[in-house]
Amino acid sequence: MSEAVFDRLRTLLGPEGVERGPHGLPRAVPESDDALALVCQAAQQEGWRLRVEGRASWLAPDAPADFALSTRGIDRMVRVSPDDLIATVQAGMQLDVLRAALQTHRLWLALDPPGRPDRTIGSVVATGTAGPLRQGYGPVRDHVLGCTVATADGRLVDAGGRVVKNVAGYDLTKLHVGGFGGFGVITELHLRLRAQPATDLTLVVRGGRHALSGAGYRAVLAQIGFASLELLSPALAALPEWILAARLVGTADGVETEATRLQSESGVGWERLSPERALAFWSLVARAPLGGAVSIRLGALLDGIDDATDLVAELLDDGLVSAGLGSGMIRWAGDASTDALRALRRRAAEREVPVTLERAPWATRRAVGHFGAYREGVGQLVGRLRETFDPKGLIAVALEGSA
Amino acid sequence: MTPDLVDALGRIVGPRWVRHRPAELATYAADGLPTHESTPGVVVLPQDTDEVAGVLRLLHLLQVPFVARGAGTGLSGGALAERAAVLLTLTRMNRILTIDAAARRAVVQPGVINAKLSEAVAPLGLHYVPDPSSQSACTIGGNVAENAGGPHCLKYGVTTNHVTALQVVLPDGRLMRLGSPQGESWGPDLVGLFVGSEGMFGIAVEITVRLEPIPRMIRTIFADFMALRAASEAVSAIIASGVVPAALEMMDQSCVRAVEASIYATGARTDSAAVLLVELDGSPEAVAADSAVVEQLLRTHSAREVKSATTAAERGRLWQGRKKAFGALGRIAPDLAVQDAVVPRSVLPAILDRIAEIRDRLGLQISNVFHAGDGNLHPCISFDRRDPGQSERVQQASREIMEACLAAGGSITGEHGVGSDKMEYMPKAFDPPSLDMMCEVRRVFDPDARANPGKVFPLHTCREWRHGGVA
Repeated sequence: MSEAVFDRLRTLLGPEGVERGPHGLPRAVPESDDALALVCQAAQQEGWRLRVEGRASWLAPDAPADFALSTRGIDRMVRVSPDDLIATVQAGMQLDVLRAALQTHRLWLALDPPGRPDRTIGSVVATGTAGPLRQGYGPVRDHVLGCTVATADGRLVDAGGRVVKNVAGYDLTKLHVGGFGGFGVITELHLRLRAQPATDLTLVVRGGRHALSGAGYRAVLAQIGFASLELLSPALAALPEWILAARLVGTADGVETEATRLQSESGVGWERLSPERALAFWSLVARAPLGGAVSIRLGALLDGIDDATDLVAELLDDGLVSAGLGSGMIRWAGDASTDALRALRRRAAEREVPVTLERAPWATRRAVGHFGAYREGVGQLVGRLRETFDPKGLIAVALEGSA
Repeated sequence: MTPDLVDALGRIVGPRWVRHRPAELATYAADGLPTHESTPGVVVLPQDTDEVAGVLRLLHLLQVPFVARGAGTGLSGGALAERAAVLLTLTRMNRILTIDAAARRAVVQPGVINAKLSEAVAPLGLHYVPDPSSQSACTIGGNVAENAGGPHCLKYGVTTNHVTALQVVLPDGRLMRLGSPQGESWGPDLVGLFVGSEGMFGIAVEITVRLEPIPRMIRTIFADFMALRAASEAVSAIIASGVVPAALEMMDQSCVRAVEASIYATGARTDSAAVLLVELDGSPEAVAADSAVVEQLLRTHSAREVKSATTAAERGRLWQGRKKAFGALGRIAPDLAVQDAVVPRSVLPAILDRIAEIRDRLGLQISNVFHAGDGNLHPCISFDRRDPGQSERVQQASREIMEACLAAGGSITGEHGVGSDKMEYMPKAFDPPSLDMMCEVRRVFDPDARANPGKVFPLHTCREWRHGGVA
């Protein structure tokens, strides 16, 4: 089977477009979205199961499939419009390359997702993994104005557009952001950018978890304009105590006034990090979840963050934990059994807190699912949406899990 | 509509909440779009979720199409229903169900008027951010259907950014909960998909929204310019500076003159080619710092006069011209077609020149009042619909403006929706596979295509129709 797949892919893409992955599995690396769509069409005709990969640095490339479809070959910046603060990029573009390209235009993509800096932007969008900047700039979906997607049967479909405000037609982009590839392969993205801030200041304070979360809560109520306000566990920050980190960006005077207010309103003493230390610090925060095989995120309300963090500590552990005190997004990474993850989902659901499995070995993804069981009726809707984009169910993805 | 259906609907909502006489139905023959009219077969006014579900179950059994309507302030003809359809007017479902100040959330019924929610939570120091111009009348249910915007969406986002969960009734009458109170989606983002679906996926009966703290300080800056292009370039410079205004609005000379000739006059000079309103909010210190940057940029770009205000009364005066612009424009001619399109900010000067060229060539009066910060244009065409020639030229101008915006890489609508008005442009905005996909997704929610039929997509663009089915 593997040889037949390999040969057919070579016929479609040429010898440069196909390689051998782990265990000899064919990996298609198309260099255009049209070629990628052709590969999908062939898979559809043959009934081949495919798994989608970017750099394979976030989700383990271990889903069972007849071949891997990599977006590494579609990695160009298509267009950047500095005056409009919009960029169009191919999905396989690495985040670090994208950041560097934007920097030359004094532009900034206000996303700091977990994982390696060479993650692809397609992976960040498909998994909906935002980082601490979610506090000031919103979840991943707020940065995506539109996209092009190849459906599993090889149709190239556009959603949204490349302007910052747009209500023409249904907002199918929302389905693809955080859809874990269940609704097709993202090939191109229109991204919303910001002007690079003149000043970018990180402040930190160490202490006990509850004291720090209290200080953070006071600062949130004081309406300090945070870009990030993240509470980090000792293991995650590689320090003996919990750490509360605040990031303020904007004009020099604006940041300075907010930093002064932060000191007075929070009631704790903050240490300013130099730009170099700040860069290293946030890089550490981004990489930390890779320290465990499993990464999850929970969405809690402002007054439920402590309780949700306690729940995670009780049912999993308080190892690699980060909690956005303004955004309510809590991320945990570590090693966890499927039973423990299911128990967490159950207990969190009682609190109206969703738990999304962001990253795990296939066996865990298969068993627990990225989203787990849906509410009544929703599963049927999602199933039919999946069929719309992937009629034969050929994309290897575990949205619901097996139980 | 058969008497049997009228009776059956009456048994669900009570006979007094079913309207079927011609004089009663005339009220519902139009929304805020003056160029389209359509009279529904029957109107029902349910008072709660059970009644909505009951009505939709009945209509599902009988395979009758339906349209949901809020206050009827929409500007795309999205809430118009044909004779064969039942119109569900949701204005009786106007209760704020819960307010959770600590969590900064409220749960509301769809008929709650947008501004009423902000009024209700103001004593708690909170407000609901999306603020369409019709916010004193429009409903949050309608805002959800259209993904409504407003001036302050530049900094805070449009309706979709402020809705975290929905309870919806699907077209077959089934109830479903989507999303979570925090906003992290419980599965794929079906809330994001539902918002802006123009009433074609079902009816939202409970809406959980974010509430934001009222900013500690708000400063409104007014600037006038002798050249439209200078004002447009000032907009780009402000955005590029890294300052994110809460709002950044522009009015052209025609609009300023209409306002100054009305009871809403603000004292703005009528020889101004354009007026900009920039609003900054946040802590007093941050607002002061950002104001200095903005005012400097305005002056650098040749603003003739720059003035600002921080008290509510003074700010209200500066905003009055902008907020009442549509009302003032309504005095110029019997009818006003408020268009809606978006372009990348950098092409604003060119597109405004193009609109002026269209105006002059077709002999129409077009005024521009718009959300300059996000490139969302509202060319307002004053006309008299009793003059067929003029109406035809209005359609022609609208068509040319849409085509120009699309050619510039923009969109045919930024906040009003496609509705009945802009269907013809959808094939120009999206290719056939993309339109097909939207039609297919609609069928997941509404297999019979009975929810708000005949909107958004011209019939011939749906693959099902081309293959002999029914769209």
